[in-house]
Amino acid sequence: MMNSSSGELSPGQVAIRCAGVSVRRGGHQVLSGIDIAIPRGAITGLLGPSGCGKTTLMRAIVGTQRNVSGSVEVLGQPAGAAGLRGSVGYVTQAASVYTDLTVSQNVRYFATILGSEDAVAETISVVGLDDQADRKAGALSGGQRSRVSLACALVSRPQVLILDEPTVGLDPVLRADLWRRFRRLADDGVTLLVSSHVMDEAEQCDNLILMREGALVAELAPAELRTRTGQTNLERAFLALIEESER
Amino acid sequence: MSNIATQEVSSAPIHPGLLGATAVRVLRQLRADPRTLVMMLMIPTVMMTLLYFMFDDLPGGSHRFDQFATPVLGIMPFVSMFLVTSIAMLRERSSGTLERLLTTPISRLDLLGGYGLAFSLMAAAQAIVACAVTVGLLGLTVEGSIWLVGVVAVLSGTLGVGLGLLCSAFANSEFQAVQFMPAVVFPQLFVCGLFVPRADLPGWMEAISAVLPLTYAVDALKEVAAHTNPTGALWRDVAVIVGWVIVALTLASATLRRRTE
Repeated sequence: MMNSSSGELSPGQVAIRCAGVSVRRGGHQVLSGIDIAIPRGAITGLLGPSGCGKTTLMRAIVGTQRNVSGSVEVLGQPAGAAGLRGSVGYVTQAASVYTDLTVSQNVRYFATILGSEDAVAETISVVGLDDQADRKAGALSGGQRSRVSLACALVSRPQVLILDEPTVGLDPVLRADLWRRFRRLADDGVTLLVSSHVMDEAEQCDNLILMREGALVAELAPAELRTRTGQTNLERAFLALIEESER
Repeated sequence: MSNIATQEVSSAPIHPGLLGATAVRVLRQLRADPRTLVMMLMIPTVMMTLLYFMFDDLPGGSHRFDQFATPVLGIMPFVSMFLVTSIAMLRERSSGTLERLLTTPISRLDLLGGYGLAFSLMAAAQAIVACAVTVGLLGLTVEGSIWLVGVVAVLSGTLGVGLGLLCSAFANSEFQAVQFMPAVVFPQLFVCGLFVPRADLPGWMEAISAVLPLTYAVDALKEVAAHTNPTGALWRDVAVIVGWVIVALTLASATLRRRTE
């Protein structure tokens, strides 16, 4: 395993630590022995082809995945611990919102549950849905709906945000805008884990976790990925790394 | 988005505020679907009217209507709330919002209790309309108080909610959920004493009827129909129904898994 960045982190700097995390589902090994340490207050990109286990790893970190072996610690507590609910925001790949409620009703409900009703209006602005606040979530476009889903997680001002492919189906302007928001959150000390199967988003991350077929390929910074592979294009660098690991 | 809040949440099994917020949310979803609301309120009334005309030309028709209609006032909210609740909970599951909610501080009983409260309020609205029309327009007479008929009808609706929430845990699709209606509701209907007095049932059927909850709703309504003042048997029936609601909600919460495949 080519693990470099995690070794430099002191325990206090680690927000999420996975040790030997494996998941078997229906006789199939979905994750095998993942060891990672995700730093606090930074954006970590989780990258790899679709079906490589990104979502399963995220669900293990959030604590909704069954049959996880190995250990997953978030903010020093076991994943899914009652004390973490409210500090860890999770946005699934498919927008999980109430399509028969308006945008603001959706955000308000989650705000009430998470005890942050004062943040409703601000959060709707943050995801750029001010003009749609009173429209039903079901009447919005796919991209808008996934931003409602994001708002429902952002509204609690979580310390850790787990975002499963948050920019899929968004236009380039909005995508850039969201990444700026993510950066601002990280600057404020929020730990973000963002999955993507598009390598050009890797550029925006402080730290990358590259996965393939349920296994960790590497955990490193984008610059490191370039130096190691001698490739400037991150997509090619990722491919080079896979070839290197298979050799 | 500057300050990062550390949520202090009690791990109590029920948080009234979150339960209430969930009930409000469920009612808002219902309000967003006016056709369902109108149908929920009107269909029992239409059915009672049909029942009235079914007996109208028979000798002693109004007496037979009274005998039949009183239990039906309790059975209808039971059936309709059972169906609506199991579909609603299934939607919560399939939309991914259930998984999301289970990563938040809301407890499982808050969620189920919120559903229970919202749909019980719907059952109350349904019962008020149905009782008002049946007594006011169709001339139903009961010995006891019509308010007690209403109370038992609402409880019967709440019972439907509880069983609906429980059954939805075992359904992965709307098709499966709908199948639970005949599977869970019909047997209770057959043995509850509506068609054949329970004493005339074969012994084993009578024994089954004694453990099924709808029997007690129907029995309670018969008690109100036959006695001017509330009887001990009525209170026993009410206690059994309430007990069943609690058992169903507790079992339903035990089947909600935070961790899934």
